[in-house]
Amino acid sequence: MKIGLDVGSTTLKCVVFDEVGTPVFQEYERHFSQIAEKASAMLSRIREKFPETDRAALCISGSAGMGLAEDLQIPFVQEVYATRTAVKAYLPEADVVIELGGEDAKILFLSGSMEVRMNGSCAGGTGAFVDQMATLLNITPDELNEISKTSERTYSIASRCGVFAKSDIQALLNQGAQKNDIALSILNAVVNQTIAGLAQGREIRGNVIYLGGPLTFLSELRGAFDRILGVKGICPENSLYYVAAGAAMAETSEEFDLAEITERIKNYSSSHRYQSSDALFQTEQEYEEFSARHAKDSIRTDASLLPGNIAYVGIDAGSTTLKATAINENEEIIFSQYLPNSGNPVPLVRAFLQSLYQKYPDIVIRSAASTGYGEEIIKNAFSLDMGVVETIAHFTAARKFEPQVDFIIDIGGQDIKCFKIKTGTIDNIFLNEACSSGCGSFLQTFAGALGYEMGEFAKCGLFADSPVDLGSRCTVFMNSSVKQAQKDGASIENISAGLSMSVVKNALYKVIRVTDAKSLGDHIVVQGGTFLNDAVLRAFEKEIGKNVTRPSVSGLMGAYGAALYAKQHETGENSTILTEDALASFTHEVRAITCNGCQNHCRLTVNTFANGSRYIAGNRCDKPLQKQSRTSQYNLYDYKRELLSSYAPCAGKRGTIGIPMGLNMFELYPFWYTFWTQLGFGVIHSPKSDRELYFRGQHTIPSDTVCYPAKLIHGHIEALLEQKPDAIFYPCMSYNLDEHKGDNHYNCPVVAYYPEVLDANIEALQETKFIYDYVGLHRRRDFPGKMCKILEQYFPGISEHEVKSAAQAAYAEYEAYMGRIRKKGKDFLALAKDQNLPVIILSGRPYHLDNEINHGIDKLICECGAVVVTEDSVSDMVEKFPTGVLNQWTYHSRLYCAAKFVADSGDKRVNLVQLVSFGCGVDAITGDEVRAILEDGGRIYTQIKIDEITNLGAVRIRLRSLFAALGLEKKE
Amino acid sequence: MANDKARIEFTKEMKKDYTIITPNMAPIHFELIKNVLESFGYHIDLLHTTGREIVDEGLKYVHNDTCYPALLSIGQMMHALHSGKYDLHKVALIMTQTGGGCRASNYIHLLRKALKKDGLDFIPVISLNLSGLESNSGFPITLPLLRRAIAALAYGDLLMLLKNQTKPYEVTPGESDGLVDRWTKELTKLFEQGKAFTQREVRQYFDEIAQSFAEVKRRDVKKTKVGVVGEIYVKYSPLANNHLENFLFEQGCETMVPGIVAFMIFKVDNRLEDIALYGGNPAKKQLCTLLKWYFTKYETDLIAAVKKHPQFTPPAPYRHLKELAGKVIGYGCKMGEGWLLTAEVMELIESGYENVVCTQPFGCLPNHIVGKGMIRKVKQVYPEANIVPIDYDPSATQVNQENRIKLMLAVARESA
Repeated sequence: MKIGLDVGSTTLKCVVFDEVGTPVFQEYERHFSQIAEKASAMLSRIREKFPETDRAALCISGSAGMGLAEDLQIPFVQEVYATRTAVKAYLPEADVVIELGGEDAKILFLSGSMEVRMNGSCAGGTGAFVDQMATLLNITPDELNEISKTSERTYSIASRCGVFAKSDIQALLNQGAQKNDIALSILNAVVNQTIAGLAQGREIRGNVIYLGGPLTFLSELRGAFDRILGVKGICPENSLYYVAAGAAMAETSEEFDLAEITERIKNYSSSHRYQSSDALFQTEQEYEEFSARHAKDSIRTDASLLPGNIAYVGIDAGSTTLKATAINENEEIIFSQYLPNSGNPVPLVRAFLQSLYQKYPDIVIRSAASTGYGEEIIKNAFSLDMGVVETIAHFTAARKFEPQVDFIIDIGGQDIKCFKIKTGTIDNIFLNEACSSGCGSFLQTFAGALGYEMGEFAKCGLFADSPVDLGSRCTVFMNSSVKQAQKDGASIENISAGLSMSVVKNALYKVIRVTDAKSLGDHIVVQGGTFLNDAVLRAFEKEIGKNVTRPSVSGLMGAYGAALYAKQHETGENSTILTEDALASFTHEVRAITCNGCQNHCRLTVNTFANGSRYIAGNRCDKPLQKQSRTSQYNLYDYKRELLSSYAPCAGKRGTIGIPMGLNMFELYPFWYTFWTQLGFGVIHSPKSDRELYFRGQHTIPSDTVCYPAKLIHGHIEALLEQKPDAIFYPCMSYNLDEHKGDNHYNCPVVAYYPEVLDANIEALQETKFIYDYVGLHRRRDFPGKMCKILEQYFPGISEHEVKSAAQAAYAEYEAYMGRIRKKGKDFLALAKDQNLPVIILSGRPYHLDNEINHGIDKLICECGAVVVTEDSVSDMVEKFPTGVLNQWTYHSRLYCAAKFVADSGDKRVNLVQLVSFGCGVDAITGDEVRAILEDGGRIYTQIKIDEITNLGAVRIRLRSLFAALGLEKKE
Repeated sequence: MANDKARIEFTKEMKKDYTIITPNMAPIHFELIKNVLESFGYHIDLLHTTGREIVDEGLKYVHNDTCYPALLSIGQMMHALHSGKYDLHKVALIMTQTGGGCRASNYIHLLRKALKKDGLDFIPVISLNLSGLESNSGFPITLPLLRRAIAALAYGDLLMLLKNQTKPYEVTPGESDGLVDRWTKELTKLFEQGKAFTQREVRQYFDEIAQSFAEVKRRDVKKTKVGVVGEIYVKYSPLANNHLENFLFEQGCETMVPGIVAFMIFKVDNRLEDIALYGGNPAKKQLCTLLKWYFTKYETDLIAAVKKHPQFTPPAPYRHLKELAGKVIGYGCKMGEGWLLTAEVMELIESGYENVVCTQPFGCLPNHIVGKGMIRKVKQVYPEANIVPIDYDPSATQVNQENRIKLMLAVARESA
């Protein structure tokens, strides 16, 4: 008899073969990390089934089985390899196998040169991802599969990692998109992730086999793969058991006495040690003192209306929860609710208001405000009087508890917000990037995965003796850290405590990046639902070595703050909020349409309410709203795009050159356009970027952690190839032009050498002339000679004289182009000064001009009422100055100059916002330096990290908070 | 321009009684370099610390998105400064600076920022570079120093190579490690006496070292041959790569890790290549040509010494690596490990190490190009190539990394 045991990240599977290799037994169950117990029980059942068999060959496979196998000296076979063995035996015709597991994704290319791929340390798109997304929609994965069948349209959801996707989905939910449409979009995202992350340039074709849990259970996921890959894949019978079967077939398996090995596995407790931290509480007494201390920050939540019956309402529609409060004239809470928002906050708010009217029939609502992700939709749906940025709402509430508050940290369901307060105003804001939300939903997800309810899970960590040290990183990384801890024998208690600590560390070291707890402040208020967990609160106090204030209404602070804000800003009239009668006949309709106002073709969701008011979401600009900010014409990003589009595609006698519009071409296009047209070539460029274009190229991306601007180029090349130019030109450039503002004038490695990656990974490029030689524009005098030699290889017979004059014209055109930008920048600055308008220097790289990369943040800033200029339009006004880092990249030198320009301006109206592409290693350095330069000048630094995400909600909050902090928020 | 005015110089006076704290990278090489520096009168403390505390210190003081090598080496030094072992007014730190277009040139500035955050910015930081980026009167990079340092690196390359090719086969466990220790001590003694640096002596000791390893009694077993390439720090540092060499050894592999001397030649040759590609000053060319010639001498001698023993696989000369690279990638690609990394992969495959682990810090910019970016092209030239890229960072777990390497090994054993 041969037994194969597959210990996966979430499930346990076994297959038993008899002497002639016929499968006689198989089993599948979730192991909830109790691997030794479950595995030995499974073996016991095998023994019961085959009482006459004493000895059997055994082999273990699966990512969570490695430690067990090693310690007990049971043969182990790597799981992908096991899959291959089984597929070879049962499905010899297979060309490609796609196997998705709980936390892994794998592709095996069997025909041709054999290759096996599995996801690296950064990966969504697995069973855990689908589970997580289903939880977000408040349905089971099966239900998700079911409703996706009736989907009518799909949205693009970031597929790179669960955290990104989550923020996309959240935004869609809050905008009122339909669940069935989102469900299918989620499944599509899994497919895209698998292709982008694993195919890496190799095409998936032929007989495709689907294996593993998600692909077995979710028919529509298979459908999505079929559709996107253009294949008809098969999910064979027993698709869950291939790894186990492969293990059973392994040549390395050894014979064991079944009773004895079952006993050994049962008694197995890992001998490994894991990295641990100090216990949260050493003694019960410590915990009691801690509880008593925090008990004093309680306020009542059951006050009653005062004579006059005047009340104020605050609603915080957060990412995962809805919080609502009503307060009386003494600012005491008379009624409140804290509910999971289940994706649609509108009916919840309606129910809240109805209960409020019921409880207090004589209530007179003076003023009502909403805040949070759903601020706009709630305000429109229920005719509230005002909206308030959540940062301000939280600050307002915190001040109520600790008038001297100088630091607030709020850890909510999906985001972390921290702000420093100086002289009564918000001085600095930190929000978590989309990549590091180690927040409430993070704890919840883990609790769920380990089979616990959230509160119970957090509590069980309170007295853990040696909490696991899990470090600080995003959820996806944390999954494997937890896996490792389990392997090393950490108990649930210690994992729970470790996760609470990692939430805190994530907030401190990843979001705020403190090096010294003292720098936080002396009067710290912590809030947000996550801090209701004593374990998280304790971990925070221990980590910073200071006691903090946690209001008893910690989870309600946003709503409470909104109510207080409403009270502070009341006009004396009664609120416009819907009356009890109006609520009774309240309706809410959602329609999805495509806006054709511009080439962005945004998917809009139009919400229509009973009173006829409409709320439109999903738009990247003001166009569908038919209103315009007065600064919308003062957008230097628009001007630059206009300038670039003035270099119109043209034909030429010598042939046509195609140029991909990405990375440094956003700056050098005028140069190369002029150069080639002067030589008598026609020049065309690839179309504008969008998601479609990205998807067209994603199967050839070899490194899934490279920045989005680089990934986009793959799509541009595909699009260019279709236009069939005579050659595609995209040179490698170690060096950029020298603007003499730094120590050197490099390009970053990705900008410098990406053409090499394109040539190595896009097969279709071999069929055309791809000119990607190394050129040095920084050596103006040498350039024509060197370039002439390069051209000789592709278009013989162009004289050096011709090249020389073309180069001269190109340099002149480039300078003229940059000159126009600088001139326009100065015009805008002067104009802003005249009209007393705020200015944002939206600083990034030339390629941040791309709408698909910046997601319309430039327009968003204009909507906020500010003039937008670029870093390259002001950098020339700053003299070279000493920096704290080696200033060696041309584009980055401009950032430092722009920061210096703001710091030295002495003008509060002029501020800098830095755009940073996710995965840009260089910006880890520039970001800190730009911050340092600005803070030396007493200015606020704002960084916006961008990736494939299209959710502008967080960005909007950030920008509004910035304007609010500066006292520049646009009055409505 | 980096702020040079505020920089604390390492002065001649400091040389007398300051301890220079040095982060570790390649254990064998750095031990030898340390001894060279001590023979010039410096007091060096080469750090051997490991463990989670190093990572934690790094996370505290360095931007978390910065590459792992910066995080670890700065973490290691901050950890040392906080250990209470040193008089903080009598220590200096040292950091290499390549001056290339990748983030590595900025490590030293990140270190200074970390010191400043901690109020320790009175501690001098010495930049070890060949690009004339920063200089220190108390730490002149002189020709004799350079010569000896290069010799030490070459000795390190040789010891590492021979150890890797002997240890998996030795009959008496520990014999190869013992030889490395013995030679490190021996060379230290010789360095102190100013010996073992001339070409004649180098040749002699290279031969003696190779001979001593050749005499180790070997078992006749078959091992899976695995090459290790990657970002230079992660490739060599056990702290960064979770003891990759040990892991591979335990998995029954023989490993080949390309040496540092080729990297040095590569860095010098880049300047010549720049001139060829973009034009430039021939005077600069002469100095680089001279250096390249000088480095190559060591390489030639090393190869000759290894070649004398048929049981050893010698490394390929730089010239050959460059030829290989030319088939798939441009010579202008020079940031980080540049085309050399791709060439090393190809060379390893050619010499029978067709299973390759390509190590890089998570998000390493040059490796998007020369590592992961080139795998497809390399496989076109060598269909038998079995390459696995592995990312390292503070949170990437060993279990995940080892699982991927095991997959690579399973495929390797099947094709063997």
